[in-house]
Parts: sequence; structure tokens; C-alpha cells
Amino acid sequence: MSALSDRPTLEFQGISGGYGGSEIIHDISIRVGAGEIVTLIGPNGAGKSSVMNATFGQLQINGGRILLKGEEITGIAPEQAVRRGISYVPQVSNVFPNLTVQENLEIGAWIRRDDFRPRMEEMFALFPPLSERRRIPAGALSGGQRQMAAMAKALMVDPEILLLDEPTAGLSPRFRGEIFAVVRKVNARGIPILMVEQNARQALGIADRGYVLVDGHCRMEGSGKDLLANPEVGAMFLGRRADEETSPAPNPGSEAPAVDGSTTQSMRP
Amino acid sequence: MNELIGFVNFHLIPGIVLGSIYALGAIGLTLTFGILRFANFAHGETMTLGAFVALVVIDLTNWHVLATLPFAMLLTVLTVLVMDRLFFRPLRTGPTVILLIASFGLMLMMRSAIQIIWGVDLETLSKGLAIPWVLFESLRIFPKHLLIVGAALLLMLGVHGLLRHTPIGKAMRAMSDSPELARMTGIDTERVVMATWITGAVLAAAAGVLLAYDTHLDSRMGFRVLLPIFAAALLGGLGRPYGAMAGGLVIGVAEELSTYSWIGDGPLVSPGYKSGVAFAIMIALLIWRPSGLFRGRVF
Repeated sequence: MSALSDRPTLEFQGISGGYGGSEIIHDISIRVGAGEIVTLIGPNGAGKSSVMNATFGQLQINGGRILLKGEEITGIAPEQAVRRGISYVPQVSNVFPNLTVQENLEIGAWIRRDDFRPRMEEMFALFPPLSERRRIPAGALSGGQRQMAAMAKALMVDPEILLLDEPTAGLSPRFRGEIFAVVRKVNARGIPILMVEQNARQALGIADRGYVLVDGHCRMEGSGKDLLANPEVGAMFLGRRADEETSPAPNPGSEAPAVDGSTTQSMRP
Repeated sequence: MNELIGFVNFHLIPGIVLGSIYALGAIGLTLTFGILRFANFAHGETMTLGAFVALVVIDLTNWHVLATLPFAMLLTVLTVLVMDRLFFRPLRTGPTVILLIASFGLMLMMRSAIQIIWGVDLETLSKGLAIPWVLFESLRIFPKHLLIVGAALLLMLGVHGLLRHTPIGKAMRAMSDSPELARMTGIDTERVVMATWITGAVLAAAAGVLLAYDTHLDSRMGFRVLLPIFAAALLGGLGRPYGAMAGGLVIGVAEELSTYSWIGDGPLVSPGYKSGVAFAIMIALLIWRPSGLFRGRVF
């Protein structure tokens, strides 16, 4: 294989940085290869979201480099990052609540100069619950559907890579399963995904590789399977959740729960 | 019956006319607030500027007041864009309270400039006596009132079209919802800011010209209506253009209806105090429902 095809889509080379004077992440090196799902797990305050923010120039970077397909993008402005092909779905306020679902997708395509309507129909096909609700304000969607809308909006530009910041935060286990299924579906279209997650077991279950962040340091890295089996990881994240999540972690081959909007809607009259 | 006709002729119709003018002013104010996150005190003077440009055009050409609107809008837009570049843009990254104070300073500067150029005297845009149409032998409708309300409605329809059906209008609403997400989506925020100023200035110029057409104009005109316009924007929920339209109408009608003889023979509120009505509504809102009737942003 040539060196060129080995080049990761997104690569952090020893990134250190923080906000104001305090450094939050230290010497972080991660990479997301073509077509991979990579997850960052770790306790609260480990610096997972800061890694995401660093990609979008929202973090003051003190050292290291960030490369997108081999090109340096360290400290790039948010509006430039999306033009380079990085789409980011923040954890909260990731849709425009007063715009309809369809308007959110249209705005998502803002940087496109071509006709984005085929892409929009593709997104509605990928997320059927959104198709029925395209005319209602995104703020009126349920939590799970809002995540879908946020992802669909971010995918309108056909990004090189999709960054997801805790896509299942605040969702019930059932809808968590739906979102992870959606993440796999998106990834199956060839879009690499970097995902920060609290629900470590499920995230590692669908991830090709994972990194464990503790106190702003990268403590471990490995394939999703290896990390799931790792006793240290188990003690750190999975053990506490063992009684919460009784079902076994879905492995990449298993059937994930279907994306079903009608049941999601029944949660909200 | 006479009682009712008097109510309609002298209170309801003037209230709707004033209300549609307030609505135009309030939309601009609320859009600026939603997208730039500050209350623009100079908005009233922007209206005054529009009215004086119309006066100049009428003096030069003797055209109808409405025909001067494009010129008033164009000059007001240019002025506002220059002011944004000089005063607001350099302050944009700082706390928004700085922008608010800057707009207060700009208000004083604009008023002084208008007074230096055009003086402080009372002027009128339409000369001659206005003769009303009389319907049903008693209902009096002034043609200019119809023109004012019609022009205001057309402009509001234009705003609706802009916000709902154009990409830049959707981007304006998106940025009003979340500026951070707008940037992450790749929206060129400076372009949206510019579109916001242009829209606000066009509406302010129109409001100023129509207000001067309805009554008269002087250098303090904009400042006098700034309070009711703020009240209208607040009533509609800050950042909500459709709320501002409704709020403007409510405030305008409330002001005019307050002078009706609801109790006894005399006016309920002496006409000299009717602008206090807007103030009272605003205070009541701030105490009991600061998000406005349509749940806008809280100051």
C-alpha cells in the first residue's frame, strides 16, 4: 500500500490546549482512518469535548498539529473547517429550533453551490422519521429525532468526516440504540466518524477503534473489541454500568434496533 | 351610532395607522436584537434620517411622498452600513453591552448631525389640505391613511418573504437561533449581519417617512417613537419579527384608544400623555412577562 492511501482522514499529532490559561488536554494523538468509526470515551471532564472543539478552532492550542487528509488545519475557524469537509454535531443546540426540519437541512447545505435537493431527499430516506416531520420546527422534535435532524443537517455537505459529540446524551436506552444504529448507517456510506461518548459499552461496540481519555491524557487505545474486553476499561467505565445496561453490547455484525419514528413520537404527545 | 363612528374615525383608524408604522420600526429593532444581540438605540434616529431624505427629495422634485421611499431607503441603508463598519463592527467580538452603549452614543451623534443639516424646525412632507373620503355619510377615511397602511403591509409581506423563502433570510433566522451553530455550519456571519442592517434600515426609513407623512417631522421624531417601538418589540418577544408586527399594532392601537372617552365625557388619558401608555405596557411586561407575548429572548 502506498503512503498516500494510509494517510488518515483526521489526525491529531500531540495536541495540547485549553481555554484561557488552563490546559485541558495534553499531548493527545489520535487518528481516524478512511471509513472508520472512532470513539473517544472517558469520564466527565476528561477533555473529550475539548478534542472536538480543537478541530473547530474553539480551543486554544498550545502545541501539536491537526491534519485533515494530510493538510494542516490547526486553529482553523469554524466556518473554514466545514468548508474543508469537517461536519460537527455538538452535544446541545445542534439544530436551529425555530427553523423547520427541512430549513435546517437547507441551511446545512449553505456552503454548497450546486443543487442540494437530491442530497436532502437522500437524507430524508436515511432518516424516515424526519421526512414526515420536515415542515415542523426542529425545536418541536423529540430528543432522538433532534439528534437525527442534527446529523442530517451536518451530512448535507457530504463531509470528509463527521464529528459527533455525545449523540446519545440524555436519551433513553431505546433511543440510544436507534442513534447508534443511525451512526452505523451513516458510516456504511463511507463517512468516517469521530464520536465522543458516555455510553462506552455501546460506543465501543460499534467502533472500529477507541481511545480512552482520562484527565486530558490519552490513556489507552485499541480496537473497539479489545477495549471492551480490557479489564481496566471494564472497571473504569463498564462495571459501573453493568446493572444499568443488562443487554449485551451490540457487535458490529448484529442487528441494531430499527430507526422508528412512530414510536419516538409517541413519547411526545 | 355617532359614538361608534367617532370611535372608529378618531381612535381606531389612527391607531391602526400608527400601529403599522410602529410595527415597521419594531421589526428592524427586533431583527438587530436577534442577530447582533443588542438593543439599537440609534434605530429611532435612523427613522428620522429616512424622513429627512424624503423631505429633500420632495423639495427637489415635488414627487409624491411614497415615490421618495426608494431614495430614503437607499440613503438610510448606506448610512447604516457605514456606521456598522465604523462603530459596531470593531466592537462585535466584545460584550454586547458595549454595542448597546455605542448605539446610544451613535443616537446622539446622528440626532446632532440631523439638526446641523436640517435644523430643528417642524416640517411637513405633504402640503395642502387632506380631504377624507366619507363612507356611509359618516365614516371618514383619509387616502393617506390607506396608503400608509397599504405600504406598511406590503413591506411586512416583503419581510415575510425574505425570512421564509430566501436563503439569506433563513440564514438570518438561523443566526438568530444560534450564532455558534451558524458559524459551524459555514454561514458567513458578516454577510448575515449586513443583510440584517439592510433590512432594518429599509424598514426604519419607511417607518420614518410614513410617520412624517401621517403627521409631520422634526429632528426629535425618531427619539419620540423609540420608546413605543421598544415596547412593541418587547411585547412581540425580542428577536421575533412576527411578534414585532403584532406588538406594533397593539401598541399603536392602545395609544390611540387610551384617549377615548371610556369613562365619562372626557378622554380617559389626556392626548398629551398617550405616549405614556406604551411606557406603562412596557413596564408591566418587564415585570410580569419579560419574554413578551410570543416568548422571545429575555434581556
